Amino acid sequence: MKLGELTAPELKQRLTGSGLWLRTGEFVACIHSRFADIQHSLSLLYADHPLADNAGFADFHISIENGSGLRRYIRPQAQFVIDGVKPFQPLPANQAFPILEWGMNWCITAYGHHQLVLHAAAVARDDRCLILPAPPGSGKSTLCAALVNRGWRLLSDELTLIDLRTGAIHPLSRPVSLKNNSIGVIKAFAPDAVFSRATEDTSKGTVALMKPPRTSVEQMMQTARPRWIVMPKYVPSSPARLDGMGSGEAFLSIADNAMNYHILGTQGFKAAGNLIDECSAHRFEYSNLDEAIATFDQLAREA
Amino acid sequence: MPPPNPSLVQILKQPELALNRSLPEWDLLIRQARHSNLLGRLHHGIETTGVLGDLPEQAQRHLIAGGNLADRLHRSVRHEISELNKAMDKAGLPLILLKGAAYVAAQLPAAHGRIFADIDLLVPKASLGEAESSLMLHGWTMPPISAYDQQYYRRWMHELPPMQHIFRGTSIDVHHAILPPTARYHPNPGKILADSVSIPALPGVRTLSPTDLILHSATHLFHEGEADNALRDLSDLDLLLEHWGTLDPENFWNDLLKRAVEQQLGRPLWLALHFADRIFSTDIPARVQAQLDALAPSKPGKAVLDTLYDRIFVTQHPSTDRPGASIARKALYIRGHWLRMPAHLLSMHLLRKAFAPDKPKRRAAAAPDGPEQIRPN
Repeated sequence: MKLGELTAPELKQRLTGSGLWLRTGEFVACIHSRFADIQHSLSLLYADHPLADNAGFADFHISIENGSGLRRYIRPQAQFVIDGVKPFQPLPANQAFPILEWGMNWCITAYGHHQLVLHAAAVARDDRCLILPAPPGSGKSTLCAALVNRGWRLLSDELTLIDLRTGAIHPLSRPVSLKNNSIGVIKAFAPDAVFSRATEDTSKGTVALMKPPRTSVEQMMQTARPRWIVMPKYVPSSPARLDGMGSGEAFLSIADNAMNYHILGTQGFKAAGNLIDECSAHRFEYSNLDEAIATFDQLAREA
Repeated sequence: MPPPNPSLVQILKQPELALNRSLPEWDLLIRQARHSNLLGRLHHGIETTGVLGDLPEQAQRHLIAGGNLADRLHRSVRHEISELNKAMDKAGLPLILLKGAAYVAAQLPAAHGRIFADIDLLVPKASLGEAESSLMLHGWTMPPISAYDQQYYRRWMHELPPMQHIFRGTSIDVHHAILPPTARYHPNPGKILADSVSIPALPGVRTLSPTDLILHSATHLFHEGEADNALRDLSDLDLLLEHWGTLDPENFWNDLLKRAVEQQLGRPLWLALHFADRIFSTDIPARVQAQLDALAPSKPGKAVLDTLYDRIFVTQHPSTDRPGASIARKALYIRGHWLRMPAHLLSMHLLRKAFAPDKPKRRAAAAPDGPEQIRPN
């Protein structure tokens, strides 16, 4: 059963009762919350996601709760809670849904040490994966959102999950998080894409989430093989330009962006090495999204 | 017949009981193990028994993650130990490790999958000054604490305020005795230092003799009055008792009882053995049980301790909370202090803490610091 098949009262009943058991790739989150915004945003952005009611196992038991005390009435806050633990300070209640999204990412980076977790976007053609590791501000999420609106499959816009045994990449297929100008850019680039309400004044500015394409969600259990590593860089008025990158440099781009590299030790080193061996690595400068898509489509055809 | 729904403790003792557990059972077991810092140990037992691959994928991934985290912490502890060794060597002192760091350095079974970060060491009281200044020269500093706490530690405690490395952020506790000078019992630290043993693989690094290591861990567990890691620490004792009890059954138990009496630590030893037996069914010979009765509290006293500690030696996950759990935690906090200082000092200290409570030790990270890296960009 898909989340979108629940009526609004049914969804509310789950969120405030036995929990909403939601599957995102290999992970199942059991979510509790009384915030109307969370209910609304979930029904908007996760409509195609399967429920995991019968799974019996949730990787993460998450709840977004009210802040404590009188603040509930004066300046309401939202608090992320995982299985009774509160890893962060609460934030203003209008950020409840972004907090859920960040919290779900945090769960994977804090507890998911059975795999190598890269801070990188991952999209795929067939089962060939393009990894976009990049620091904030490089336009990685914008590029990811553009690609998945032009036929690439979304694996993840934030966290690339690499299996330590097989080297395969596990999809998460969660909404793409965009900020500030990127929101308008992607809305213009893909007028049919579905967005959450924009949340203003977060620590990252204005944030909005884009619904993942239905086909990507339907293929969330299909892993992909790493094929390309591309370090994107948005350079105003630059033509799209793809250059080769040496394997040493490529290794560093992976190690620098691996969130649990220090925890995995030798295993992490080996996984990063195998990843480099399987991929061709490139640097990419761009300013125009259509040119960028054309470049990647060309890359996919050549291989 | 195996128990129908084995508990976390039963699976820790008999990892093959992990087979044929349902997914809802795993859902709860993983969370309980994580809450009690036992996920790494659960993984170790299951993996060495060879049944890990037969478990559902969902359980495997969390167990493997717990094992990887414990491995990483142990690597970091081993590195810290070699750095500490340099600092102590400069001060002309041996590095004497206690608890978790000792288990890891001496490769004892209580190291298996143990999730911990702080390193405890023992320094002769007369050398405390040299040790402290050498540690400071090597980067371990004392994060600012209130003047009251500073004085409390220096005057009444058996350890220095916690020190933290300025670059690596790792924490150490420098002890000069097993118990505070004001405590009911007065174990002689000189004897403990004199009987410390070297760790052959790590020149310059020492730990306590088996009996002293157990007595120290037991005293720490039953005097500190903190519930968070109580189940893990009792599991350590279970593993150590069975390890040395098997290795040297002739002498180990006699030495342990004798040393406990000699060091006025009969009561903590009784508590350790009583609860190791009660919770983990630790293999303790009948003759030892009989001798132990001499160290036992009165019947009503024992009933009270059982009632309190049955609420402490659980996973500290809401699913294993029993009625009165929070009262038990408070009662043991006060008991810990009661054993630590005379009534007049205790009442002043608790009054002070009631009206000017500590700021939480480790404050929850402000959200912008927490998921910063995983925020949208």
